[in-house]
Amino acid sequence: MRRLSDSVSLLISDDDLLDRLQCAAFGYFLRTYNPTNGLIADTSRNSSPCSIAVVGFALSVYPIAVERGWMTRADAVERSLAALRFFRDSDQSGQPQATGYKGFYFHFLDMQSGARVWNSELSMIDTALLLAGALTSASYFASNTSGEIQLRELVDVLYRRVDWCWAQDGKSTLRQGWKPECGFLNYGWDGYNEGIVMYVLALGSPTHPIESGQYAAWTATYQWENLYGIDFLYAGPLFIHQFSHAWIDFRGIRDRFMREKHCDYFENSRRATEVQREYARRNPHGFKGYDEDCWGLTASDGPSQPLAEGASERRLFGYTARGVPYGPDDGTLSGWAALASIPFAPEIALRTARSMRDRYPEMLPSHQYASSFNPSIAESDGAAWVSVGHFGLDQGIVLMMIENHRSGLLWRLLRGSPAICSGLRRADFRGGWLSGKSIPPLDR
Amino acid sequence: MTTPRDEAEHERLNHLHPPNWCNPTPVDRYDLVILGGGTTGLVAAHAAAALGVKVALIERHLLGGNCLNIGCVPSKALIRTSRLYAEMRHAEHFGAQSPADIRVDFAAVMQRMRDIRARLSRTSSVHELGAVGVHVFFGDAHFIGSDALQLNGGTLRFRKALIATGAQPDIPSIDGLVAAGYFTNADVFDLTELPPRLLVIGGGPLGCEMAQAFSRFGARTTIVQNWPLFLPREERDAAQLLSDAFARDGIEVRLNTEVVSVRVEDGQKIVHLVSDDYHSTIAVDAILTGTGRIPSIDGLGLEAAGVNFDRDHGVHVNDFLRTSNRRIYAAGDVCLEHKFNDMADATARMAVRNALQFGRQRLSKLTIPWCTYTDPEVAHVGMYVRQARERDIPVKTFTVLMHDVDRAVADSEEAGFVKIHVKEGSDHILGATIVARHAGEMIGEITLAMVAGVGLRTLSRVMHPYPTQAQAITKAADACRRASRERET
Repeated sequence: MRRLSDSVSLLISDDDLLDRLQCAAFGYFLRTYNPTNGLIADTSRNSSPCSIAVVGFALSVYPIAVERGWMTRADAVERSLAALRFFRDSDQSGQPQATGYKGFYFHFLDMQSGARVWNSELSMIDTALLLAGALTSASYFASNTSGEIQLRELVDVLYRRVDWCWAQDGKSTLRQGWKPECGFLNYGWDGYNEGIVMYVLALGSPTHPIESGQYAAWTATYQWENLYGIDFLYAGPLFIHQFSHAWIDFRGIRDRFMREKHCDYFENSRRATEVQREYARRNPHGFKGYDEDCWGLTASDGPSQPLAEGASERRLFGYTARGVPYGPDDGTLSGWAALASIPFAPEIALRTARSMRDRYPEMLPSHQYASSFNPSIAESDGAAWVSVGHFGLDQGIVLMMIENHRSGLLWRLLRGSPAICSGLRRADFRGGWLSGKSIPPLDR
Repeated sequence: MTTPRDEAEHERLNHLHPPNWCNPTPVDRYDLVILGGGTTGLVAAHAAAALGVKVALIERHLLGGNCLNIGCVPSKALIRTSRLYAEMRHAEHFGAQSPADIRVDFAAVMQRMRDIRARLSRTSSVHELGAVGVHVFFGDAHFIGSDALQLNGGTLRFRKALIATGAQPDIPSIDGLVAAGYFTNADVFDLTELPPRLLVIGGGPLGCEMAQAFSRFGARTTIVQNWPLFLPREERDAAQLLSDAFARDGIEVRLNTEVVSVRVEDGQKIVHLVSDDYHSTIAVDAILTGTGRIPSIDGLGLEAAGVNFDRDHGVHVNDFLRTSNRRIYAAGDVCLEHKFNDMADATARMAVRNALQFGRQRLSKLTIPWCTYTDPEVAHVGMYVRQARERDIPVKTFTVLMHDVDRAVADSEEAGFVKIHVKEGSDHILGATIVARHAGEMIGEITLAMVAGVGLRTLSRVMHPYPTQAQAITKAADACRRASRERET
């Protein structure tokens, strides 16, 4: 049964569609913002705490909003300053109710007080995403107004005080987290993941840089696989192939690993997109909806409630990092994840976005992507199960990746960041724009 | 809980340590004395005897060692029955009806295990050894010099000796565990009743295999692993698939979790767990520890023989399996990192050749396959990607998902993959990991190719009967051939 939105989707131009989706995603950051401290909620659900990573996304999307005319520059500066001041002045004692320690921050904070909640960990990657946003902000707000000068000074203070060396805990790679109750968590970074931006920031630190060997130790855990006939650096969830790319323009620049493989991380993400698509086409578990124009397995919310009696036996995973091809896979897809691959595979991502939107409009209420949907689990009205509310990370990544596809704004801003450039060079990235070569045109 | 002294047990003991056994009178000097009558000792004894030399084998307890008595054999027997129960429960998955009443007869399960163990004990018996001229001694022996052992008050002299005393369970140091009581692989096969609630400590091969088997027998099973993944040595994706399989079996999986204490209350074992900063307790009826094994070196008098050793690594050997005493060699679990039965067998043969025939066979040249017999099985041979990259070897992996293999689909056994690692730009096989229902059988083909120096492309010319799950290997080889062609063009 075709739905009303079919005709709408067919009529609207790509640019208008993307504009509409971007603008809707940006609405999240307006609705979940606390003006007293600049913090942004993790999700739109009631009583959601702040996620420091989502604040990083917010700092990154304010410049987009200014450029797109959704927000005045002054408003964007004010919101950015509020967040940056909060983090500068926050409790860095590392106590259970503090906000951070050693320049890092706890993953989830109380929206009002900024104190740690949910017993969350001091998160290295989420702090990195926050800082990536801060550096984006510093690159964009480059004028000599007092507000923008203060903004850049605040970013500098926050970046300089992060003790990346401490976060190694004497190990060969950065640790994933730390808690005041038990110290460093028993998890390192193993295998390719969203951590490149974190390593680049850690290597580029002017105060506490890690050794280049730490990056090499991490990339030593990479797996280069030929899967479905496609050679690529394997990681299962799609967001891994997107997050660092929201800020860093990986086109044409290569570290040692990618030089060895005659590839780059941008091309790798294109191939990862193809692998996702191929997995959905093969659909080994027979889930409803999966095909070459309907895919997107990633870290997302998902159904977890027990199925009704008599339903077929199936495991549901709730919020988890779904991945291809080893799973977990319970039939849950994320529309935003498919579209966030748009810089790498514009034609495929757009066609998929239109197809998914037309077939499952319930997962895109008011043009704003839900975290996920699951067509194999129908609601009473026959519509797919849809995650309630919205998640800040999803809104941020899809907004930023669309922007990179449309204008390359964020890539351009961070190409000019000394921290990013220094970190990339210390990770032994070479070539392309890092070597002064011309920037490749956007494939639109 | 004591193993019933039934017919099977009588047969096994009669083979492995006859009740009325009298040790033979020692000869003046043996060409080879072997300490330990497990797989390593037995293989070495037969290999040496075939050379026509005088051989003595000394065993403290039972011939057959871990593998036959408390390891591979009994565990595989239980695993087979547990698979059958799992399939009965999921019969609908195969288009069949589940039996209306699936009752686990645990006594029958264990009886079958004992029958199998007794039957397989025949080839490890004192009679088999005697038939080839090996002198079998039972008792505690220890070195009293560089070329002599003391046994039951007497002395055995040797030209060469082989230490093959194997390994024993490494009991984790947990407050209250000893007082509360626990099982290891040494006594879990003596169980006569299925514990309603079982805690398995340790996510290594033994812990994983037994957790799944006992869960499938109906024990409410929790497995606790102090690492974020099972089988820490294996590739992440293999461990992930295993976690999923455990969850499907209803096993409560507690990764990244430590057992900190155990106490007994009202007949239950109350176990205190900590995961980072999260504390919890569970109540169980039995605890099985599977946290690894340590070399059995106690009481051997290694100092008197000038043999270097330490508690963690056991007897120190060089690449030719020779110890710091030129007369004395070691093989198997007592000196190896890889404590597998196939390694015990291979190194036993190697040690005999090197000790008695001036052989120069090197441990480092062995191509070692192994398998964890969970469902699906996890098998590996050669290098992992990480090891290759640490040695600066560029590596590429050809992966085939079992859901793309016709026979696996037909068998509804699609969970798993074949990953074959080759040196980038070539088809030289560095290693492979297989996760599949029959991974242990499938890894043999890759092992053969590696030992014979056959490249992955060549394997694409190897025909397999259609349909078999081993065609996953052909598919990987085909992908390698296609990639080579593309590279050449």
